[in-house]
Amino acid sequence: MEQLLSVLIGALVAGSVFLMLAGHLLRFLFGLILLSNAANLTIFLAGGLTPGAPPLISEGAEGPTGTVANALPQALVLTAIVIGFGLFAFALILAFRAYQTLGTLDTDAMRVAEPEEAQ
Amino acid sequence: MSWLLSLPLIIPFATAIAAFLVRGHASGRWISLTGSAIALAAAIALLMVVLDDGVIAGQMGGWPAPFGITLVADLLSAVMVLITAITAFAVAIYAFGDIDRRREELGYHALFQTLIAGVTGAFLTGDLFNLYVWFEVMLIASFGMLILGGEKEQIDGGVKYVALNLVSTLLFLSGIGLLYGMTGTLNLADLAQKVETIPNQGLLTAVAMMFMVGFGIKAAVFPLFFWLPASYHTPSFAVSAVFAGLLTKVGVYAMIRMFTMIFDHDIGFTHTILLWIAGFTMVTGVLGAASQGDFRKILSFHIISQIGYMILGLALMTPLALLGAVFYLVHHIIVKANLFLIAGIASRATGSTDLYRIGGLYASSPLLAVLFLIPAFSLAGFPPLSGFWAKYVLVKASLDAEFWFMAFIALAVGLMTIFSMTKIWAEAFWKPHPTNPDPALDQVPHRGALLLPVAGLAVLTMVIGLYPEPFVVFAERAAAQLLDPTAYITAVLGAAP
Repeated sequence: MEQLLSVLIGALVAGSVFLMLAGHLLRFLFGLILLSNAANLTIFLAGGLTPGAPPLISEGAEGPTGTVANALPQALVLTAIVIGFGLFAFALILAFRAYQTLGTLDTDAMRVAEPEEAQ
Repeated sequence: MSWLLSLPLIIPFATAIAAFLVRGHASGRWISLTGSAIALAAAIALLMVVLDDGVIAGQMGGWPAPFGITLVADLLSAVMVLITAITAFAVAIYAFGDIDRRREELGYHALFQTLIAGVTGAFLTGDLFNLYVWFEVMLIASFGMLILGGEKEQIDGGVKYVALNLVSTLLFLSGIGLLYGMTGTLNLADLAQKVETIPNQGLLTAVAMMFMVGFGIKAAVFPLFFWLPASYHTPSFAVSAVFAGLLTKVGVYAMIRMFTMIFDHDIGFTHTILLWIAGFTMVTGVLGAASQGDFRKILSFHIISQIGYMILGLALMTPLALLGAVFYLVHHIIVKANLFLIAGIASRATGSTDLYRIGGLYASSPLLAVLFLIPAFSLAGFPPLSGFWAKYVLVKASLDAEFWFMAFIALAVGLMTIFSMTKIWAEAFWKPHPTNPDPALDQVPHRGALLLPVAGLAVLTMVIGLYPEPFVVFAERAAAQLLDPTAYITAVLGAAP
């Protein structure tokens, strides 16, 4: 399972780098989603995988018995997903606004703030 | 003590909420100013306590470290919180003259206070994942502030700023995940102890590099700085002043924290890279500035070259060099924010920030000229201003460590800084105005609110410059705490068993 996830993370990162370098803002944002998922999976994987043992405490007990899955990485990933989602929503709106005001999503053509001719 | 630690966080958040509720109403700016004043008082109180009692730590929510979220204030954190509060206070005054009603209606004051809360949180937290969360608080507020107003340039600059900062955040996040996987903890004090027990130290170095790139983008070091000159000249002047003063410095602070406390296992490798980064950052920043012809663009590139000095202090890792880095951080925030505020006044008086289309400020407003010269000379490192001592210490530290070439670069970049400052002086202040014969400061509305923070920050620069001893002694103590984090670890985790 670990190996499979590692390969998946690698594939996600490779795909995201490809998309981010494509020179188009929308593709860049898609790449960003992939990278964000890769980061979340990295946390999940690095925290250790324990299949089939939810970290539940039975009634009356003080703590879980036996080996249970690590709940912390899941909490971290959940936080990261929420934050990432918020930021991504903002980035999408910004891309839309950029298309409206600048008329292009080609990153090479976005030179309003940095005009080509430095006087 | 935990209430005192959380005050600098709670106050800006409460102010943000209050300012948001009355957005668009004229009282918003007063709420923002009052909140900033109270936060300043809290920051002073915090620094006093840290000076007397040493490092203080508080466990939020009552969960004992290393399980809960810890807030820690050592000398570096406390002084960064104070300098943040000072900058915020100055910019809150400046906003009276700079932020128009429309931007207030869009929620400028709420965003501003949230940004300050995020920056303060990043300085105070003692937990790695919490640091990520504060970075995000700071980022989302800065996104909003950057594009507030929605002008064409702002959207264009905003796209680049948002894109690269999001990438940086994701690298940082992956680094956190991997570090957690290796050590099983996120508490900085606990991490500092546990990283030594990792069997494969090479992997730790690999993770350290992820942090270096992640924080490097935030701190705008070579070759990761391109978002900064693309965006910092586009928003309102108050916004760019607070960005220029604080945002990159959070990256520098995080780098100093991580690379003194946690990633100090292979200094020969990581800090040599930092040394190269420092050199290239100084040189490319100052050369970039030399090629620009816009007031704020020149200043933006100078942020980059100055970041190089701070990284140089970190890279050398001697007590003197870290002293220099801490001193430089404090000095730089004051001076840089001030220069951007002055750019705003100059633009209001003359109608533009394009140096080739403005001029005549010396004749019409000698007061502004004097107020510009103080931070400009301080930035370049003239005695007896704060920048002189900051540069002096770092050059001395490079010479002591026998990095002659770095000392040479530091001095040469100082010289180039004078070139850029002279250019601004000659174009904006000395030469007559090309079109309008009489740019006048006394026609600028709200000039009292604009000039007051500029004068206050200039006085602060002069005080540090003329009477540097207590500041140097302070920076020395802060550097000693960085090099030997025992006090930090004891404050968080209790005495070692």
